[in-house]
Amino acid sequence: MITSFVLKALDRNIVWVTALLLVIAALVPALNLMTAPDHPLHIPTYIVSLVGKYLTYALLALALDLVWGFCGILSLGHAAFFALGGYAMGMYLMRQIGARGSYGNPLLPDFMVFLNWKELPWFWYGFDMFWFAALMAVLVPGLLGFVFGWFAFRSRVNGVYLSIITQAMTFALLLAFFRNDMGFGGNNGLTDFKDILGFNIQSNGTRSALFAASAIALALSLVITSGIVRSKYGKVLIGVRDAESRTRFLGYRVEHMKLFAFTVSAMMAGVAGALYVPQVGIINPGEFEPANSIEVVIWTAVGGRGTLIGPIVGAILVNGGKSIFTAAFPEFWLFALGGLFVVVTLFLPRGIVGTARQVIERRREYRKVRQAEAARAIAAEPQAAE
Amino acid sequence: MNTLASNAKPTSILYLDGVSVSFDGFKALNSLSFVIEPGELRAIIGPNGAGKTTMMDIITGKTRPDSGEVFFKGTVDLTQKDEAEIAQLGIGRKFQKPTVFESHTVWDNLELALNRKRGVFSTLFYRLTAEDKERIEEILSTVRLTNRKDDYAANLSHGQKQWLEIGMLLAQEPELLLVDEPVAGMTDAETTETALLLKEIAKTRSVVVVEHDMGFIRDLGVKVTCLAEGSVLAEGSIDFVSADPKVIENYLGR
Repeated sequence: MITSFVLKALDRNIVWVTALLLVIAALVPALNLMTAPDHPLHIPTYIVSLVGKYLTYALLALALDLVWGFCGILSLGHAAFFALGGYAMGMYLMRQIGARGSYGNPLLPDFMVFLNWKELPWFWYGFDMFWFAALMAVLVPGLLGFVFGWFAFRSRVNGVYLSIITQAMTFALLLAFFRNDMGFGGNNGLTDFKDILGFNIQSNGTRSALFAASAIALALSLVITSGIVRSKYGKVLIGVRDAESRTRFLGYRVEHMKLFAFTVSAMMAGVAGALYVPQVGIINPGEFEPANSIEVVIWTAVGGRGTLIGPIVGAILVNGGKSIFTAAFPEFWLFALGGLFVVVTLFLPRGIVGTARQVIERRREYRKVRQAEAARAIAAEPQAAE
Repeated sequence: MNTLASNAKPTSILYLDGVSVSFDGFKALNSLSFVIEPGELRAIIGPNGAGKTTMMDIITGKTRPDSGEVFFKGTVDLTQKDEAEIAQLGIGRKFQKPTVFESHTVWDNLELALNRKRGVFSTLFYRLTAEDKERIEEILSTVRLTNRKDDYAANLSHGQKQWLEIGMLLAQEPELLLVDEPVAGMTDAETTETALLLKEIAKTRSVVVVEHDMGFIRDLGVKVTCLAEGSVLAEGSIDFVSADPKVIENYLGR
């Protein structure tokens, strides 16, 4: 059952990208750790962390593609799931600080001591264990996605209305996390991390390991999503996107179909967030900004929605561009981003990967027609000679 | 009208009694009652706004009636169920505008329509069995689309899309088929073929056809129900109905 699911997932492009990600997962850390800083192939640590961050963004965009590209649910709140996964990881990292914080309290993180709290809130229990935090990084976004989707899809909220309430969801969480009495560090969020699993979070080795983990998580998620969209369930999902009522009248429970995709997507976004936080060293309510979720939509659209590989390409390209652009012309970045979105919408509605695929397909068809013509001409020739 | 059929309820496949529904004060259906027998092919005609599509919406669970009874096979109360449940019970519906999955191939369209388990996990781990394959091949030849099975549904002609949708309904193996204007926009040849196809289908199940095309209904040669302003105006053979003065006034025009 599982084997056939995986086998079906592996079309040629997916195999290539997965293999590439796994090679990068091994090669980049090796080049960072095993070469001297003056070696021509040396990859400096800041690049490792930067690209590692892009990979987590790519995972977030991939998660969005599952619901937007294949099921037509334009979620403008996916950064909320990402941020929740990030907070789960951040809570673990805070508890790892232990007595090394500025106030030296072995149990309470600094911000709680500052707020005069005497004991750890109940929802911080268990976060001193990595496995628990890792589980929560998946379960909490998954649960939010499930509950949100349960109500939204059952009441048949669709299209723009759904997009608006996803924005409202992330905005509500933004406001909630800003409050100090929520117990998540308020405005400042969680930062000043020291260790992860006992390793110094700033060491080259740890950064390389986090990079590799991000690449592997992305590769794994790519195979899983590919399996999902190529199964019969995935075909139903596309059916829901293209003709929802037809799917309903064929006897499928559209709300269940959407709910599963949305929940899986939220969980993947949570994993991305959990990998993001140790690499950037901070998580604060700013991650819930509605604009962040909209940026994810742009990456996905630029790369090509409904292609799985496109969102990965889009997230890496746009963020790479952002890093270069904001260093060179910081004040123009937002204009560039807006311009990019307009250009892609007008001239590349299928995104980079979608357009490339279309070109290849057209060429193949053209060649087929030419071959058929040639074959006919050859077949016709002897008769003409007679 | 309401007493017309109550004794027919246990043996009927579809039973509507006194069904009314209004939208913002407009009475779309006004105490509509009729009965379809198992294995029957029935044509329903009526002017625009007579309530034909609303009637289908009520039978398939898209709209809930304000009052009245809708029973499937005499015992199943359809007013308490939603679209997916009703489809799973064995009622298929063809829309007026051909509605197929355009970005799927003809084959995949039929595969999705096959009457198999429709849950998330059963579809996630579904594998095409030899039996399912055979069934799809069979339907492909019934709806004359065998040589186009690998083409995207988007690339089919209008008439072929209509047939694909009928094929999808067959794959669903319904006991009752509701067909909304199957020949709208078809050529004469396609219309004749569609009439044959529907008659073929009606041999093994009950079919309700809503249609405007009187020639097509003559081709079908079945019992006709004429609706107007949300209730039944006349019922009988096509000649009987088209001779009815009320029908002439309301529908056929003077």
